[in-house]
Amino acid sequence: MPLKILVTAKRVEDPESKIRVKPDGSGIVTDGVNYKMNPFDEIAVEEALRLREAHGGEVVVAAIGGEKQQTELRAALAMGADRAILVRHDGPLDALVVSALLAKVCEQERPDLALLGKQSIDDDQNQAGQYLAARLGWPQATFASKSESLESEAEQKKLPGVVVAAGGKSARVVREADGGLQTLEVQLPAVVTVDLRLNKPRFASLPGIMKAKKKELKELAAASLGVDLAPAVVVRSLAEPPRRKGGVKVADVDELWKKLHEEAKVL
Amino acid sequence: MSNVLIVAEQFDGKLRKASLHALGAGQQLAARTGGALHVALLGHGIAEAARGLAGFGATVHVADHPALAHGLAEAAAPVVVQIARDCGATLVGAAATAAGKDLLPRAAALLGAGMATEVLGLGGAGPAILFRRPMWAGNVVAEVEITTPVKVFTVRPTEFAPAAAGAAGEVRAVAVGIDAAALRTRSVDFQVVKSERPELTEARVVVSGGRGTKGDFKAVEALADALGGAVGASRAAVDAGWAPNDWQVGQTGKVVAPELYVAAGISGAIQHVAGMKGSRVIVAVNKDPEAPIFQVADYGLVADLFQVLPALAERVKASR
Repeated sequence: MPLKILVTAKRVEDPESKIRVKPDGSGIVTDGVNYKMNPFDEIAVEEALRLREAHGGEVVVAAIGGEKQQTELRAALAMGADRAILVRHDGPLDALVVSALLAKVCEQERPDLALLGKQSIDDDQNQAGQYLAARLGWPQATFASKSESLESEAEQKKLPGVVVAAGGKSARVVREADGGLQTLEVQLPAVVTVDLRLNKPRFASLPGIMKAKKKELKELAAASLGVDLAPAVVVRSLAEPPRRKGGVKVADVDELWKKLHEEAKVL
Repeated sequence: MSNVLIVAEQFDGKLRKASLHALGAGQQLAARTGGALHVALLGHGIAEAARGLAGFGATVHVADHPALAHGLAEAAAPVVVQIARDCGATLVGAAATAAGKDLLPRAAALLGAGMATEVLGLGGAGPAILFRRPMWAGNVVAEVEITTPVKVFTVRPTEFAPAAAGAAGEVRAVAVGIDAAALRTRSVDFQVVKSERPELTEARVVVSGGRGTKGDFKAVEALADALGGAVGASRAAVDAGWAPNDWQVGQTGKVVAPELYVAAGISGAIQHVAGMKGSRVIVAVNKDPEAPIFQVADYGLVADLFQVLPALAERVKASR
């Protein structure tokens, strides 16, 4: 049975960029910072594409943000997503606002599965998927992973780690839990958030990039969706964490042992 | 009424130590707000774990039901909401474990509450709480205010001392009304990572291996065992399939703060350092003298880990 999948592609600071706090603590310095799709969302997009390849159907990529957020939606389209929805909104966000807006998109689109990165690497909150599931009354499977390593044969064959049952009524998700790997079966529709070791995302091909330019990118004004857009989690100030000072180099194991035993008294 | 509710965790009927650190944060909050402290434990067959929560000055709410046996957020979140409302909690928190991060946001949404994840410390004055938390992989620490009447949070266990002993506290059984047949989530399997070693986040000593092990973790494991410690790994080692997922130390893995952390063959990417920089003493062993790990290590040794680790293990054994 074909699957309709909604997947997110948030614009974030490139994790390779150096993040520095403005002297007054009001924000981060954005000069010289590159932007890209949230790496966890890239894994979600990859998983959505593999599920479509296995079952047929449609991958709709969604994001909330300003005009520049189009770049990351186009990147997901270039990877192979079918169409995109940009909820235009320029202010700060929190999980309450994000989940309310995404819930509206889900009500319009009625996907079988909403796939999100487990967290975005800017605010690192790890909340949006869980809030979305609660709002929709859908089951959730967070931190989707797989039992095999990323060097395994299943990964070489680009098989989805999320296994949708024949008939498309339910999905099995292996998830990273405390102390082991838990396998959940969720009835669809469901929200799945993805962890690092679910898959290795593909790179967009040149034909993919060309095709992406012609794919539909629909814009919705956040204010038109009847959602309270005021975030309840408000950042008051930012600071750089205290730096740990480097210590000394030791010459050999004997000196290391001595330092640990006599100076640090940890052994 | 402005009370504090901490959601504790158990696994296989045993209380998780991380929960006592969350309860420690709860004691600080209750002292700040003047509210009463409550703690909830959800699961099935959890009487023994619940006893471990008495004696910290908190009222203990025990929700014991077969449908809560597998820690399913869909089943547990409404129970957390019910307990939070019953005890008049406006601050609802847990440890920032995988379970806490799965459950608390779902409960927060049902409470219409804003949430702060992985809280490192408390700011603000008196009952006006600001939550200090990491952003951008720990490169930035933010102070955030939550403006909803109910505020939800998870705390990084290594940043809060465990709860101090207090009054015995009443233990109450929660009447749980879950329609198990209506649940749309089912736990099919749980592959426990069995280990004779202490849990990574609770160990006094952690020995971690990275790319420099070239996939051979024997020396790392042998030193960890000589020290009675846990084994960790960098993301590179885990991604390569050399080490299981739950060994990963870092911003996206586990955050540890042992007495002694030994980083062997780990370059020291910021992502990794974010997960171990709270350790009391850090030792780095790396062949590359320019590796960034040396900038955070108390003691650095530029050498081959395959020679250093076994020699250090011998010294440890000889000293016993």
